[in-house]
Amino acid sequence: MRLTGAQALIKSLEMQGVEVMFGLPGGAILPVYDPIIDSSIRHVLVRHEQGAGHMAEGYAHVTGRPGVAMVTSGPGATNIVTPLADAYMDSIPLVVVTGQVATSLIGTDGFQESDITGITMGITKHNWLVTDAADIPRVVAEAFHVATTGRPGPVLVDLPKDVANAEMEWYSPGPDDLDLPGYRPVLEGDPAAVKKAAELVLAAERPVIYAGGGVLKARGADALRELAERTGVPVVTTLMARGAFPDSHPLCLGMPGMHGNYTAVTAMQRADLLLALGSRFDDRVTGRVDAFAPDATVVHVDIDPAELNKIRRADVAIAGDCRIVTEALLAALEALGLPHSASTRAPGGGSPADAPAGAEALAGTPAAALPRSRLAPWRAQLSEWQERHPLVYDRSPEGSANGLKPQFVLETLRDATPDDTIVVSGVGQHQMFASQWWRFDHPYTWVNSGGLGTMGFAVPASIGAKVGRPDRMVWAVDGDGCFQMTAQELVTASAERIPVKVAILNNAYLGMVRQWQEMFYEERYSEVYLSPDLPDYVRWAEAMGCVGLRVESPDEVGPAIDKANDVDDRPVVIDFRTDAFEKVFPMVPAGASNDDIVVDPAQQEGGR
Amino acid sequence: MPAFGTDKRHHTLTVLVENKAGVLARVAGLFSRRGYNIYSLAVAPSDDVRFSRITIVVDVESAPLEQVVKQLDKLVPVVSITELDPASARERELLLATIEAGESERGQVIQLVNVFEGKIVDVGTDRLTVMVAGAPTKLDDFEDLVRGYGIVELQRTGRVALPKLVRSAARTPASLSDRPRAFGGSDHDHDPDSTETEKAG
Repeated sequence: MRLTGAQALIKSLEMQGVEVMFGLPGGAILPVYDPIIDSSIRHVLVRHEQGAGHMAEGYAHVTGRPGVAMVTSGPGATNIVTPLADAYMDSIPLVVVTGQVATSLIGTDGFQESDITGITMGITKHNWLVTDAADIPRVVAEAFHVATTGRPGPVLVDLPKDVANAEMEWYSPGPDDLDLPGYRPVLEGDPAAVKKAAELVLAAERPVIYAGGGVLKARGADALRELAERTGVPVVTTLMARGAFPDSHPLCLGMPGMHGNYTAVTAMQRADLLLALGSRFDDRVTGRVDAFAPDATVVHVDIDPAELNKIRRADVAIAGDCRIVTEALLAALEALGLPHSASTRAPGGGSPADAPAGAEALAGTPAAALPRSRLAPWRAQLSEWQERHPLVYDRSPEGSANGLKPQFVLETLRDATPDDTIVVSGVGQHQMFASQWWRFDHPYTWVNSGGLGTMGFAVPASIGAKVGRPDRMVWAVDGDGCFQMTAQELVTASAERIPVKVAILNNAYLGMVRQWQEMFYEERYSEVYLSPDLPDYVRWAEAMGCVGLRVESPDEVGPAIDKANDVDDRPVVIDFRTDAFEKVFPMVPAGASNDDIVVDPAQQEGGR
Repeated sequence: MPAFGTDKRHHTLTVLVENKAGVLARVAGLFSRRGYNIYSLAVAPSDDVRFSRITIVVDVESAPLEQVVKQLDKLVPVVSITELDPASARERELLLATIEAGESERGQVIQLVNVFEGKIVDVGTDRLTVMVAGAPTKLDDFEDLVRGYGIVELQRTGRVALPKLVRSAARTPASLSDRPRAFGGSDHDHDPDSTETEKAG
């Protein structure tokens, strides 16, 4: 069968099971847009290429399938660089197809030429410049394979216009056709190391599971829960792992790090064993590295061998898939005498801590009495910290004198939406408030830009998430600064009938920068003031085909959210006028030790 | 300048890569982006047309060798990496130099080239172009010795290296094949070329 390169590309995408792609056409990619008319693939026409990339990321976050975006050469390609960098940092599987000028023009500064494979070398897992139409089926298969296996990540396929127009003989590439001699992801952990890790878990007195985004990428949430419940080891979930372990679980300590809660941060500082699963000792988690978890023996499990010993030397480093290694660890623990799950798991989701310790029934081996009885003092300490330093904000009526408390808006939103609502955030104070105050009880319900910290992520990512999970309610929690960066994609959402909901926590400031200027720059506010009503968010939303609502007082919050929840034929934007003076606490100042965590001023008396 | 290749900060990585466009840029880009220092780099086709071999001498003080190797290994076109501790590698390099050699000095320069088992590859009225191949330290010595005559131009290729062969009977072929990935080899075999260098110096 003779096909053009363009037809072969679309057919290749279809054969990869692609149902939807996000994109915007242009000169060099024109040939590939023609066969889209006849394709089963839904194409969502964005208003800016950055939107296409973030939508593909949102889609990938919630479905676990690779997000696909297609844009033209030159500026189209450079506009999608930010989403590629974002997906690279957060290990999101993304396949981006860019048009390129004809091969005869490459290197001559042709119209809309940019060296996009050169530009994106450092922010993609791999990229390809296709120079022969016959390579297209193989390269697309390789691209999906590389994007989705091992540590997932973004890839880019650059397709010159003459290659798209050239004819080729179609073939369907099989696994043997992939030409990737240097690509061999590791999945299974080294059994000896796993056994060593199991021994450390059984011997620990103050263990903490430090769960990162790798748990979600590995579809390992169930395995993590089993590990935590059967060993009684408490779990912190990093920003990228929110939802990987239920927040309402008694063993869940919540988010650690710069704006993590006191107990999660301090538990890691005092731990004698850190079991790092799919986490990478990011500087926002560790604070000053040489003061991080000083007493802890570290077991580090990651599918990317380069993460092991990168920041913190691991006592036991295990390269492998988080789910597979966690299951192997459970088997190793059983072999060392950990009782079987049926005897220890609490019925009805109750606290496993209070479950009759089936461990004692199997007291034949030394390990069998373990670990929950020995962990009792540790858990008592954790509970004491939780009681002493819960997350707080000023709930008094006077507290709202300067505008709504963002925490109050989030609590109300959380309680007024279904349990499995997908929450998507941008970057800044609103992101931290959302992570702190939401209750994530299901995996894949939290979508945000963690590693790169991309403002403007929320609106397009929420659209991609809703496309991927139309059955779920999707709320973007955004800041006014972030919203202004990518809001135009709500036009896409209206046109495509993608009913996302956006809560703007509008404090009229670039709030996180303002917070730092207040705390560390003697309240010298430099270029952080926006405006509460320029633009007029309600009229802007309406102009984009959305329902626009404004909320200024606490008693309007609930009714506005209910109203938004009832709309399912178009996007809704609520402009919540929030308190510009509210700051995110706790906070570990940049470069400080996690021991120097600053709690909410209301708790500072006698704190620490 | 520390004797090139002799001190412990330098390790040699021989990296087998796919012979495809842009691979050198990926390797070089990785080093610059992550702040790893390269002392020398040589690229050439390997015995298999599908692959090329890049020999990189890396400054292991700029980053832990383990990180350098693991990050390199993440590059999709990188097929395999052999890490060679200078003590367990045979390293060779080629030097071409044009040297001032007027009538009175010509004989001395030729003698020196002979001592280093080099060759005269071109002869001018009062200059010679010479070639010397050998261990990098040997070339350092040669460079020092001819400097006094006046170096007009000098080029070195950057080194290539292969692991030292094991002569102990206890070694099995299986353990040899494990060797390239192992860090910090500790064999100290006799290196005939190094000894020669000492003599020449």
